[in-house]
Amino acid sequence: MKSPVAAVLMLAASLVCSPLFAEEARPLADDPVAEQRLQGIAAELRCLVCQNETIAASNASLAQDLRAQIREQIKAGKSDGEITDYMVARYGDFVLYRPPFKTSTLLLWGGPAALLILGLALLRRYLKRRAATLSAAPPLSAEDAKMAASLLADASSDSRPQS
Amino acid sequence: MLKNRYVWILIAFIVLVALLAVGLDRAPHVREIPSPLIGKPAPEFSLPVLEVGNPAGSPQPASALPPSAELPSAESPSAGQSPSAGPGPGERFGPKEMAGKVWLLNVWATWCVGCRDEHALLVELSQKNLVPIVGLNYKEVRGDAAMDVVSMPFAQEAALVRTRANHWLVTHGNPYARTVLDIDGRVAIDYGVYGVPETFLIDKAGVVRWKQVGPVTPEILNGTLLPKIEELNQ
Repeated sequence: MKSPVAAVLMLAASLVCSPLFAEEARPLADDPVAEQRLQGIAAELRCLVCQNETIAASNASLAQDLRAQIREQIKAGKSDGEITDYMVARYGDFVLYRPPFKTSTLLLWGGPAALLILGLALLRRYLKRRAATLSAAPPLSAEDAKMAASLLADASSDSRPQS
Repeated sequence: MLKNRYVWILIAFIVLVALLAVGLDRAPHVREIPSPLIGKPAPEFSLPVLEVGNPAGSPQPASALPPSAELPSAESPSAGQSPSAGPGPGERFGPKEMAGKVWLLNVWATWCVGCRDEHALLVELSQKNLVPIVGLNYKEVRGDAAMDVVSMPFAQEAALVRTRANHWLVTHGNPYARTVLDIDGRVAIDYGVYGVPETFLIDKAGVVRWKQVGPVTPEILNGTLLPKIEELNQ
């Protein structure tokens, strides 16, 4: 990689040799609008064999097949909803990054809100209890007030904390 | 009071570790994705049938014989004729042919390690003649990471698929009443296949009743599959 020419040649060679590049570049050139729709649909679908990747992002063989399938259906004039339904009919709601709201996904959708409400309720109870203990505390006696004042005076005259 | 708080933190930590351990145990490769296909009719298809036989025409080992009892099967090709002669017009198979039978659809490929694990068990099962197994050979060539098919003509790929699948079945035994070739994996998509091997149990009405992702083990076979087959056959 000493000369820029060599670097460019190596890059070119790596692109030429990559079968994935050859596989994916061809349809892009075909129809950019359809390809953009494909990306939009595939970005909402989970790749089944990957660790949390979308079908748009994954290079797994199954994801490539499913992209080809989406492409075919776009060409056949199917709507985005129909294509998504096609995937759900085969792979279930699991493929959707936005699962539908049903009884089985109640906890998923409602969970965060429920946790927030629980947290707010606990906070409110804690604050109320604290207010109650503070107001229930006996007022400061004259002796204590004097001691506190002398401690504060000491602290301000000597910056180092007293043990 | 302070001690008490530390105890709570320790308990929270132990709970967290326990949850993570459970999560690790249910690692993604064994994760079961519920199939929406259960209870629905098995998707229709029409795929070319693989003629399994010894290309050299020499006698086959006993275990390689197809279980012919249940099916009007495409029995051995005439001796000496190579079954890998190319795709050709040949015979095709669809799930309709199995109407009225309880049967298994097993998705496999020679490059699939899990399929090797379960193969002997499937051969054993087929010899009991309890249930016909149809093999769906999935992306035999283009699914193999070691193969480059970008520049390969389809006819050549199809011929290679036949050679490879046939060689495997002749060598390791053929548990399948029929073997069909899903060269591009299109039919497997209709079945929601995402990891070979997968096995579907289909009832007499052609409805998918059960699905297994990953190799069938003796425990699954005896504990789940065989009782279900018996139940569906009643």
